[in-house]
Amino acid sequence: MKRLFAVVPLVVAVVLGGFFLWGLNPERDPSEIPSVLISQPAPEFDLPSVPGVDVPGLGRADLTDTPGPVVINVFASWCVPCKAEHAVLTRFVERYGLRLFGINYKDEPKDAATWLSDLGNPYARIGSDRSGRAGIEWGISGVPETFIVGRDGTVLYRYVGPIVGEEAVAKFTTALTQAGALDRELGS
Amino acid sequence: MIPEIGHFALALALSLAVVQSVMPILGASRGNVRWMQSARSSAIGQVFFVGVAFAALMRSFVVSDFTVRNVAENSHSLKPLLFKIAGTWGSHEGSLLLWVLILTVFGAGVAVLGSNIPAATKARTLSVQAWISVGFLSFLLFTSNPFDRVFPPPADGSDLNPLLQDVGLAMHPPLLYFGYVGFSIVFSFAVAALIEGRIDAAWARWVRPWTLAAWMSLTAGIALGSWWAYYELGWGGWWFWDPVENVSFMPWLLGTALLHSAIVTEKRDAFKSWTILLAILTFSLSLLGTFIVRSGLLTSVHAFAVDPERGIYILGLLALSIGGSLTLYAWRAPVMEGGGLFRPISREAGLLVNNLILAAATGTVLFGTLYPLLLEALTGDKISVGPPFFNAAFVPMMLVLGLFMGAGPFLSWKRADLAGVLQRIRFVAGLAVLVTLAVWYLISGGPFLAYVSILIAVWLLLATLREWALRIKFMEAPLSETLRRARNLPRASHGMTLAHVGLAVAMIGMIGSSAWKSEEIVFVTPGTDVTIAGFDVTFTGAERLRGPNYIADRGRLEVRRDGEPVTTLYPERRSYPVAQSTTTESAIRSTLAGDLYASISEPASEEAASGEAWTLRILYEPLVNFIWLGALMLVAGGALSLSDRRLRVGVPRRTRPHGDLRLPAE
Repeated sequence: MKRLFAVVPLVVAVVLGGFFLWGLNPERDPSEIPSVLISQPAPEFDLPSVPGVDVPGLGRADLTDTPGPVVINVFASWCVPCKAEHAVLTRFVERYGLRLFGINYKDEPKDAATWLSDLGNPYARIGSDRSGRAGIEWGISGVPETFIVGRDGTVLYRYVGPIVGEEAVAKFTTALTQAGALDRELGS
Repeated sequence: MIPEIGHFALALALSLAVVQSVMPILGASRGNVRWMQSARSSAIGQVFFVGVAFAALMRSFVVSDFTVRNVAENSHSLKPLLFKIAGTWGSHEGSLLLWVLILTVFGAGVAVLGSNIPAATKARTLSVQAWISVGFLSFLLFTSNPFDRVFPPPADGSDLNPLLQDVGLAMHPPLLYFGYVGFSIVFSFAVAALIEGRIDAAWARWVRPWTLAAWMSLTAGIALGSWWAYYELGWGGWWFWDPVENVSFMPWLLGTALLHSAIVTEKRDAFKSWTILLAILTFSLSLLGTFIVRSGLLTSVHAFAVDPERGIYILGLLALSIGGSLTLYAWRAPVMEGGGLFRPISREAGLLVNNLILAAATGTVLFGTLYPLLLEALTGDKISVGPPFFNAAFVPMMLVLGLFMGAGPFLSWKRADLAGVLQRIRFVAGLAVLVTLAVWYLISGGPFLAYVSILIAVWLLLATLREWALRIKFMEAPLSETLRRARNLPRASHGMTLAHVGLAVAMIGMIGSSAWKSEEIVFVTPGTDVTIAGFDVTFTGAERLRGPNYIADRGRLEVRRDGEPVTTLYPERRSYPVAQSTTTESAIRSTLAGDLYASISEPASEEAASGEAWTLRILYEPLVNFIWLGALMLVAGGALSLSDRRLRVGVPRRTRPHGDLRLPAE
């Protein structure tokens, strides 16, 4: 028995070592987080509106047969980077006519409502995902996360983390332009 | 010429390390005293030659010798002198050289100071230490030579990452490495004991000062790192559960467990194979940290340049050292007999609980850190594990630990009198509840867990002080008697009290700053007012300044409270043209009650072009300085214990069976 216990640390170390060896594969880039959803139809979900917020809820049906690609932003009032990102998204909506939908992730409706009335509401629709169930369907790894969905409901692009700072905004703008999601040309 | 001397010195150090890894241990097995004694001179020689190499590299940085590739890539002629010096360990190669230097310092330390250690044990320990030395010196020389030349030399260097140009961070790696690598000597002692097949109270006594020294330094290094993150990164957070933070935290957690279990081995001859295992695992986690930071295995904001070749090399070193020592452990540990029976309620049992919680906490952090890798390997899914996991899994464990920590020192060895202990702590427990209720009454509206945490932190603080007061008969005996007792109490005992109080103080800081932090992120133009935590803050504009190697935009914030001016804050946004990066220099008004913390950045809006509008981030962090105050007390407590003369006495005394002075569990 004692002998068995003494071997356990070695076994654990060897198993971990195997994972490390695998992880050193030079073609692997740990910072890249692709989505299994890209080029796939958006997942099935149907979310009610956030009580106290004056925009309708959001579901799979709202993503098909849209006039152009839409952006879905997963946010929450408790998420600090979301606050910084909010200003960037608002600017996209105001200046370039971006169609922005929101998924309010694991949030108290009253916190979300206060947050939106404080900062302004750039979202055309917001689904309240209190249980995080839709978040699972979308396979998000944290908030904020932003998806671009094509006219036919296909997921075109996924951005993990806040779209804040020059580099992130440039990346996102490129993706939006490629998806044809901007009504007006940038800079005009 | 100087860099070549450095390079040559490294090669000499490697040759000495090779000799030292064979001669003393052969001498120990054959009883050849000369061979055993050779370890002393080779250990001193190693530290000398690595020191020469380190000095040579430092000189190349100071004089900006850009023919050395490492200097050209990590320095710049306009950089302030302090950061030129700190640049020595700012890169992968340089920091690895520092790593090896500290490794040899500890080896030489045992060779010179360890006169109370039997010759054979010392010889074996130093040989094992030299094995690690051979591994890392060859790693340095074959894959990461800091003295590589570049031809033709560039006109100027490409600068150190500006985020690293900071006094706190200049000091952070040396302290952190001193702790990290310091555990190597404990590892060597453990492997030597396994080879010898013998471990006793004396062994634990030799190991303890080295463990303490490494632990103190690691504590200081981690605290300094979190302080740096707090004021330099501009987010106002002090802990992010980033993989690189985690890998220095794990050896700290396990090292803390080791510190406590070694006491049981020393005083009661129990927990032997467990202490050995902890000694091996603590250093293994240090090695794992080195591997993770330098191999690019996981993403982190502050990992070094990624190079798979290096990764494979370190993984090989890991396999040899960790695999080898754990194999040895699996083979030899089961035959080591434990001693010292104890009851379920005793000091031993208390320390067992402490060890189990700390080990479980370490396991949790390890799991959370590696989970993304494990999942990706098994399913191909890429995810990131963030603070919510760690907070949910780790914080409750620490709260339970705090609960036990308060009571533990009241327990006596072997068999404690539960009724007596309960009677002694009843009053303190009641007081802690009252304090918590008062806090709840004064500042309601915090999360429930925050009040639970406050209760436990206050309990730990009061119980620790109460135990100390009992020991010196504070208020129970005349003052002269109390003072005499305080003087006669072993320093290690005062050290334990100070360290435990320090942890309680740090806890209070962590709770205060995470549960009652207030924060505003606003767009401001000159004249904008913001109100936060009772302060009225007015942004009066930003001006452009020129630094030695950067250009800064400096915002000006007038802070008033109830109409009275309090202070003016100057947060800066610096851009370093050479390194092509920007840093946030937050402005902090620091008081013991809390910090008013401001940072600015370019706004996402279009007004950026006109330079008028800014994103202002302003936070109030209550009690945040208690975190670092507490860390300072932990380090001071460790230092006090380390200065205890009992640690330097050769042969350990057994616990007095009927003494009224209960021995400390520091």
